[in-house]
Amino acid sequence: MTSLVIAEHDNASIKPATLNTVTAAAACGGDVHVLVAGEGAAAAAAAASKIAGVSKVIHADGASLKDGLAENVAAQVLAIAGNYSHILFPSTAAGKNIAPRVAAKLDVAQISDITKVDAPDTFERPIYAGNAIATVQSSDAVKVITVRTTGFDAAAATGGSAAVETAAAVADSGKSAFVGREVTKSERPELTAAKIIVSGGRALGSAEKFTEVMSPLADKLGAAIGASRAAVDAGYAPNDLQVGQTGKIVAPQLYIACGISGAIQHLAGMKDSKVIVAINKDPEAPIFSVADYGLEADLFTAVPELVKAL
Amino acid sequence: MKVLVPVKRVVDYNVKVRVKSDGTGVDIANVKMSMNPFDEIAVEEAVRLKEKGVVTEVIAVSCGVTQCQETLRTALAIGADRAILVETDVELQPLAVAKLLKALVDKEQPGLVILGKQAIDGDNNQTGQMLAALADLPQATFASKVEVAGDKVSVSREVDGGLETLSLSTPAVITTDLRLNEPRYVTLPNIMKAKKKQLDTFKPEDLGVDVAPRLKTLKVAEPAKRGAGVKVADVAALVDKLKNEAKVI
Repeated sequence: MTSLVIAEHDNASIKPATLNTVTAAAACGGDVHVLVAGEGAAAAAAAASKIAGVSKVIHADGASLKDGLAENVAAQVLAIAGNYSHILFPSTAAGKNIAPRVAAKLDVAQISDITKVDAPDTFERPIYAGNAIATVQSSDAVKVITVRTTGFDAAAATGGSAAVETAAAVADSGKSAFVGREVTKSERPELTAAKIIVSGGRALGSAEKFTEVMSPLADKLGAAIGASRAAVDAGYAPNDLQVGQTGKIVAPQLYIACGISGAIQHLAGMKDSKVIVAINKDPEAPIFSVADYGLEADLFTAVPELVKAL
Repeated sequence: MKVLVPVKRVVDYNVKVRVKSDGTGVDIANVKMSMNPFDEIAVEEAVRLKEKGVVTEVIAVSCGVTQCQETLRTALAIGADRAILVETDVELQPLAVAKLLKALVDKEQPGLVILGKQAIDGDNNQTGQMLAALADLPQATFASKVEVAGDKVSVSREVDGGLETLSLSTPAVITTDLRLNEPRYVTLPNIMKAKKKQLDTFKPEDLGVDVAPRLKTLKVAEPAKRGAGVKVADVAALVDKLKNEAKVI
């Protein structure tokens, strides 16, 4: 029984989500191999070989894998899938894009967003926006899984010494092409990996206010900035900051929700945070039912005060 | 070009579901059901493409129990031209739905299939990708912008860290993200007109698809409850709690 983890990387380094996925793979039992598929990704493959608990790294390098197109990466996974009992992807935009494609080609069900491995064939996963936890058992020969990264600790990024093996890169499918990318520039920590997150909602009122109020707090705490769907839809924050069922799922040490009412779709994305603080002037806001510390106050006065007090 | 739009009947997104006490599932008896919100966005996009003149026919499809007809009528009221129901009482998992849709893609030969990125009940986010794999079509998931030009479709996708743009050859599969569009409200005259539109019904056997579930749900439980929190009087008290009690800053 051997598991294959599909690494998330930027060709130079391994993204943290990969480390949590390695932990989940180890929980399935057996050896853990990692696939690094990219172009000019030797540095990423070398980094993957140092992850504790990884016994082999397969490095596939070619122009077809440069931009992570689902058609090509799925074909690459299938090319080496033969000997694996489990194939795991981090539950990121890339993992969710590719994993079902691999599963369908193997004619197996895919198990999304697992938060716990009960047995090599039995997994726990949240459904209905996290309002219920389903325990599911797979009878398929190969388990294709996406891993909710906040459900598993990160494996140590150093200490391992896996062999790196080269695999031939697949040919381009010719059906899709990468055109361009617009990356949101940010000097703050990555949302899903941040220890502290300060998150703003519709109550902030405008994009200017959002930046003006939230940034000093985030800077003071070295925190990442998140947003509710309402704030994103209103254009106050870019959409990759959205925390919730259909945005990012986070579980930081400290989550400070400012002017967020706490709809179930938002709670689904952050209720596993260690400590939750809510700042809201509506005493009836549902966010207070999950907050460890609630402050009933106008955020426009409370947040600057908080910045000053820190 | 035809567009196929799969839609799912799910528990309305405003309903807070309850787990059944025997742990067999969530209680959805007598709960308000609606069209999955991402599917509404998919229907809207298909209808907008038709209004722009790039699409000739929009076909809505739903798989499941008889009541899915209501969901299809909603899609017809938004502007779909006709509907197909694949009727079954079996619990349908994404792989089964993808196989049913693949059979319909073979039959109808659409230029585009537009699905929601995920259904808000199972939260799987699989069906579109699986359909693309089975039908051997290119895919663009989490779309926030779709532009058809000749036999190519350009799609902007919401990815971690920003947006990326892909160009796919049609036929292709697209799944919608929240910000692709704002679905229109259905008007009463359109609801009345939708009643007269064509709705064909098939069984999975008619399409030659085995829909038996592959995953067995052993149990469904309530998520762990968070302990009751406290309200603090002011910012100073909050900072004190965070520093000395929770020790997180």
